[in-house]
Amino acid sequence: MATPLKKPKRKNPVLRTRAPMLPPAPRSRISLGLTSGAARGVFELQVCRDCGAVQYPPREACRVCLSDRLDWTPRSGAGELVAHTTLRHAMENYFRERLPWRLGIVKLDSGQASGGPPGQSESGTPSLIVHVHGDCAEPPCRVRVRAMLDRAGQAVLLALPEKDTPHMSDDPQMRELTCNPKFRKVFVTDGKNPVGQAVVRAMVAAGSDLVWVGEAAPWKKIPGFEEIKALPEVTVVDLDVTNPDSVKRCAGQIGPKVDILVNTAEQHRAYTVGGRYGTENARAEMEINYFGLLRLAQEFGPVMMSRGADTETNAVAWVNILSIFALANKPDQSTFSASKAAAHSLAQAMRAGMHKTGVRVINLYPGPLDVEWNQELRPPKVTPAALARAIVAALQGGAEDVYPGDIAKDWYERWRRDPKVLERELAQGE
Amino acid sequence: MNANPLPDMVRGIAERKIRVIDLTQTLTPDFPQIELPPEMGQCWPFRLEEVSRYDDRGLAAYWNNFSCGEHTGTHFDAPIHWVSGRNLPNNSTDTVPVENMVAPACVVDCVKHVEQNADFLLSADFLRNWEEEHGKIPPRSWVLMRTDWSKRADPESYQNFDEEGQHTPGPDTDAVRFLVEERDVMGFGSECIGTDAGQAMHLRPPYPCHYYIHGAGRYGLQCLTNLDLLPPTGSVVFTAPLKIKQGSGSPLRVLALVWEG
Repeated sequence: MATPLKKPKRKNPVLRTRAPMLPPAPRSRISLGLTSGAARGVFELQVCRDCGAVQYPPREACRVCLSDRLDWTPRSGAGELVAHTTLRHAMENYFRERLPWRLGIVKLDSGQASGGPPGQSESGTPSLIVHVHGDCAEPPCRVRVRAMLDRAGQAVLLALPEKDTPHMSDDPQMRELTCNPKFRKVFVTDGKNPVGQAVVRAMVAAGSDLVWVGEAAPWKKIPGFEEIKALPEVTVVDLDVTNPDSVKRCAGQIGPKVDILVNTAEQHRAYTVGGRYGTENARAEMEINYFGLLRLAQEFGPVMMSRGADTETNAVAWVNILSIFALANKPDQSTFSASKAAAHSLAQAMRAGMHKTGVRVINLYPGPLDVEWNQELRPPKVTPAALARAIVAALQGGAEDVYPGDIAKDWYERWRRDPKVLERELAQGE
Repeated sequence: MNANPLPDMVRGIAERKIRVIDLTQTLTPDFPQIELPPEMGQCWPFRLEEVSRYDDRGLAAYWNNFSCGEHTGTHFDAPIHWVSGRNLPNNSTDTVPVENMVAPACVVDCVKHVEQNADFLLSADFLRNWEEEHGKIPPRSWVLMRTDWSKRADPESYQNFDEEGQHTPGPDTDAVRFLVEERDVMGFGSECIGTDAGQAMHLRPPYPCHYYIHGAGRYGLQCLTNLDLLPPTGSVVFTAPLKIKQGSGSPLRVLALVWEG
C-alpha cells in the first residue's frame, strides 16, 4: 500500500529552487499515436486491419504480415506483470533525481496468435515495457496498464494494481505522472461565475492546500460568491483579465504560489454573425477568452515554468476551459465559437512552451454548459459541477485533452472522422 | 468690456489669487465603469496597453495605447447621447459651440442628506431653498451637485450596488424640469457615475436628468471630484470634450477657476 502523502513541509528558502528536468521526450511520428491516446486518457495500440495482430511498440508496418493498414484501437490494458526490477542508478537526470524507480514487463491478455516475432510473446500477445506502481505485487500478478503522459508530455505506460488500493494516487510515480491538486495551491481566475464556483468547491474537495479566487468588478453582487469567499481554503484576489495592469499585479502578488491555474474567466453570448450588429460583443469575447488568456500566459506562465520542480508541491498544470465549438463553429454562437477557436490555438502554443518545464496544459472542450447564456438550448447540457469534476479527474488521471459530456464526445468523434461533414451539419442548424 | 481682462486673469492665476482646481478623476483601469444589464451593449472601461517602455519594442520611448468608451471616467454628455436630444442642432461633441465650454457654476451642497440616504433625490424645493441663501441660479450656468461621493475611493462603495441595483444620489424629475425650464442652465454635473440617480430607471420618466437636460440641448458632467473646493457661486468651469465626430460624449479634463482674492 502506498504511504499516504503527508502535507509537505514548507520549502527551505535558503536552498535553490531546482531546475525542472524532463524524461526523454523524442518520439517517432508513429509513436506519437500512443501519445495521442494518452492525451485523451485512452490506452490505444496499433491493430492490423489485415491479420488482427496487436502491435507494440508502434511501427510503420505490421510485424506479422507487413501490412501498413494499422489502426490505433483502445485496449483494456488487462494483463499480467511477468517481470520487474527497481532502477537504482540512471544516466538520465530526470530519473536520477527520482530513484528508486520500478520498471517491469507486462504481458497483455488480448492479442492475436502469430509467429512470435521479437517484441511479441509466443502467443502473439504484445509484451510491454512499463513503469510499475508501488502497489503492484511481486510478479506474476494481475495488473491494469494505462497510457499516461509523463512530465515531457509524452506517452508512457504504467502498470497499476488490478484493483484500486488505498492512497493509490499518493504513490510517487502516480504523483509524477499526474497533477493531483492534493496539497497543491490552485488559482481559479474568476470565482464570480457558476463554473468558477464549482471549480473552487471541487478543488477544495480534492484536497487543495489553498485556493486563490480571482474577483473582477467587486461591486457586482453575484449569487454564491459570498459562500465561496467564506470557505476556509479560499483567498480572494483582485483580477480582471481585460486589464494588463491587474494581471501583472496579481501575478506579482501570488504568481510564485500557484501550482495549478484554472482559467475560468469567460465571456459568452449567443449570437449569429448578423444577430448582433457591430463588434462590441465579439471584442468582449476576444478580450476575455483570447487576450485574457494571453495576458495570463505572459504574466503567470514564466513563474509557473520556473517552478516545475519546486519541491513536492511544484507547479504542475494550467487548465483552459475551451469549448467543443472551438473545433467547429456553432453558428448560433458564432463569435463565442471563434473566440474559443483562438484560445484553442493559443493553448496549443502554450502547451509547446510549458511542456519544456514539465507544466501540463490541460484543455477541456465541453459541449453546451448548463449556464445562463445557454438557457435556450435543450439538454443535454454539462452542469458546472460535472465540468469541475472532469477537471479534477484530468488532474488526477493524466489526460490533457478532455471532452466532457455526451455532445462533446459525439462532436469530437465526428470532427475526427470528417470536419467538413460536421461543418455542414452544423450549418443546417443541428 | 473695454479693457482686455485676460492679462489680469493670467496674472491672477500666477499669483494664486485665482486658483485652478482640477475637477477630474484620474483615468485608470481601476476606476469603475457604468454597469449595464449584461445583454446590453457595454461601454468600455479605460484600458492601457504599453507600446514600448525603453525596451526591445522601442528603446528610446515609453508610450501606451489606451481604449475606453465615450462615457468613461470624468466625462461629458452631449445632447445626442439621449434619445430626447437626437434631432437637435449642434448636439454632438464636434458641434457643441465652444462658447458653451466656459461657464459659471453653482455648487449645491447635498452632503448631509446623502450621508443619511445614498438614494437621496435633489428636489426643486431643495434648489429653491438653496437660491434663498445663495441667490438665483444665473442662466447658462452649470449646477453641480456636491455629494462628496467622489471621496468613496474603493470601487465597490463608489458603485454601491445591491441586488436591486445601484444606490447613488441624483436629481428628481421636478428638479431637472425646474433647472431646464425655469433657470435655463448649461447643464447638470454629478460626482457619481451618472447624472441621474442610481435608481433613476424607476422615476417618471426613467432617467429624468438625461431626458430633460439633453432634450433641451444641454449637457451633463459625471464622475466629478473636488467639488468641495468650490464656492457655492462665483467659480467658472472649463468643459471642452474631445472633438469626436458625432460623439455622444467624451472623457475630459474639467478645470474650475476660483477667485480667492
